[in-house]
Amino acid sequence: MPSAPTPVTDVRQDGAAPRKPSRRFDPRRFGPVVGLVLLLIVGTALNPDFATWDNLMNVLTRTAFIGIISIGMCFVIISGGIDLSVGSMAALIAGGMILLMNALAASVASPVAVVGLGMLFALLLGGGFGLAHGYLITRGRIEPFIVTLGTLGIFRAVLTWLADGGAITLDNDLSEAYGPVYYGSLLGIPVPVWVFLAVSVAGAVLLNRTAFGRYVQAIGSNEQVARFAAVDVDRVKLLTYGLLGVCVGIATVLYVPRLGSASPTTGLLWELEAIAAVIVGGTSFKGGEGRIAGTVIGAVLLSVISNILNLTSIISVYLNAAVQGCVIIAVAFLQRRRP
Amino acid sequence: MSEVARYSRRLVMGAGLAMTATVALGSALGGVAFAADAVKLGVSIPAATHGFTGGIVWWANQAKAELEKAHPNLKITVKTASGAPEQANQLQDLVTVTKIDSLVIFPFESAALTQPVMQAKKKNVYVTVVDRGLTDPSAQDAYIAGDNTAFGRIPAEYIAKKYNGKANIVALRGIPTTLDNERWEAFTAVMKQHPDIKILDAKYANWNRDDAFKVTQDFLTRFKEIDVIWAADDDMAFGVLKAIEQAKRTDIKEVFGGAGSKTMVKTIMDGSNPLLHADVSYSPKFIYDAIKMTAEARLKGDKLPATYIIPSALITKENAKEFYFADSPY
Repeated sequence: MPSAPTPVTDVRQDGAAPRKPSRRFDPRRFGPVVGLVLLLIVGTALNPDFATWDNLMNVLTRTAFIGIISIGMCFVIISGGIDLSVGSMAALIAGGMILLMNALAASVASPVAVVGLGMLFALLLGGGFGLAHGYLITRGRIEPFIVTLGTLGIFRAVLTWLADGGAITLDNDLSEAYGPVYYGSLLGIPVPVWVFLAVSVAGAVLLNRTAFGRYVQAIGSNEQVARFAAVDVDRVKLLTYGLLGVCVGIATVLYVPRLGSASPTTGLLWELEAIAAVIVGGTSFKGGEGRIAGTVIGAVLLSVISNILNLTSIISVYLNAAVQGCVIIAVAFLQRRRP
Repeated sequence: MSEVARYSRRLVMGAGLAMTATVALGSALGGVAFAADAVKLGVSIPAATHGFTGGIVWWANQAKAELEKAHPNLKITVKTASGAPEQANQLQDLVTVTKIDSLVIFPFESAALTQPVMQAKKKNVYVTVVDRGLTDPSAQDAYIAGDNTAFGRIPAEYIAKKYNGKANIVALRGIPTTLDNERWEAFTAVMKQHPDIKILDAKYANWNRDDAFKVTQDFLTRFKEIDVIWAADDDMAFGVLKAIEQAKRTDIKEVFGGAGSKTMVKTIMDGSNPLLHADVSYSPKFIYDAIKMTAEARLKGDKLPATYIIPSALITKENAKEFYFADSPY
């Protein structure tokens, strides 16, 4: 173990120490971008409709949920943690907020107010779940994999129980009031894409321009050193899980108006998609360093693959998952690290 | 529950019981049948992962509640599994720990569950298989199922007739399984007789609303002229309708779901959606019928007919109320 003073100054001054290699121009950083550009070319060649504005917006809008969750996930993974529960959490938040909104509709006259309260509830619930994870992990000293594997089951089971195994559906009036949050657009760009953009920018600033972001990276690269450097490791970790919870809340707020319902299949396997987006985007699974821009590109890349597969029928539908797997591995290869 | 449906079920059950009575008489002469004092019935079904399996779980618990109340000497244990391996493990537990003497199983996969069920049967458990037949039928005493061929054939015939043998169709498929294949093959077999009906493409949407939404969005980008979308499931039809609404497409004349879920039947009954006119029944209630038939036969020491197919029917505005069960979640 290194002695305490040196890392203190390093981390405190500019946080450059753990990230130095990525400051220089590095072609491997552009692996995900190269992958995405290649995919866009292939997509256009296979079907001219691929390159239309509408299709582009469809893809970006549906990426928004996973993308926003991925940004929160990026912080957790950089700090050396993991969260397997995000898909189930999204499902439970969706179910909870729909039930709340349906119940409020009876007593609150304005549907817009009901929807506003529902959204607030979703964010609070997400943040609360995230902090609960963080608390169990830091104070309870349980491995994040186990904590979140546990809640993965708990959240989905509770939702299934609330839904009686069926679907929880938003009342029609509320559905209309809430619809624009998913289906509306501003300057020709759908609302979820704007939110995705805002969360990405906020995430990038938080990670690269604040003390919190530097602490997250320091903890991920060496927790002991960070502790010696007087970083409040437990608090920072707690906050990363809380942040991810809020991201899941935001994603759910955008998701609910799409179908106006939550069912036991809501958010199924989102955790794997979010983790894949983060890793494909060039974040180290071991923690310590990561990129928000890469994560965003990773998330877009994953949904572009399935979009292209849906727009063509040259490959047997039985092989869709195999194509996705090949592309993910190929992109990861493009941005691999030197040994 | 509507009077007609209740009446028709009684008829069916009555016929079934009459048949079992004959079978029982035959086997009583052979000295095989015995009247059990108490019956321990195990029910092994998939966990509620989507609307349909949610209905299965609800109807199974409904059967447990009603039958245990009616028969004090009947004990029903319901187990839900989220995959074939878990189901096989639960099956072992049911046999060795719960010591069941009768089993109603809705297998996840035909091939994977055949051996485990065979093992249970070797320990003198009476086995009723529901919905998905085992690869070796000798592992089961009775087989009760919905009609998957009709599930594909009925919508195909309906569409072909309604659009005079000329239409552009896109289709959604469920999860790659034999069940899905049976439906798909029945659907395409009918369409082959109508050369002017074009099936533009079919993609898997995993019986999931969100996936159906995405796949439909992409179909709408890709094909400019679509007459009918065969969603092949009511949950998926829900996602399809949202995608059409978002794209503001007016060329699509009809969306056909499948299974006869509560909301779908209600919509057809009320005529409240111009894209929804018909559905095909495939109710999760068959698990209720299967448990009831098995339990009542076992309490009497009877047997069930070897195969019993619960027919699927076309649901339209005229007959929709026969398929509407207000209490069921599905």
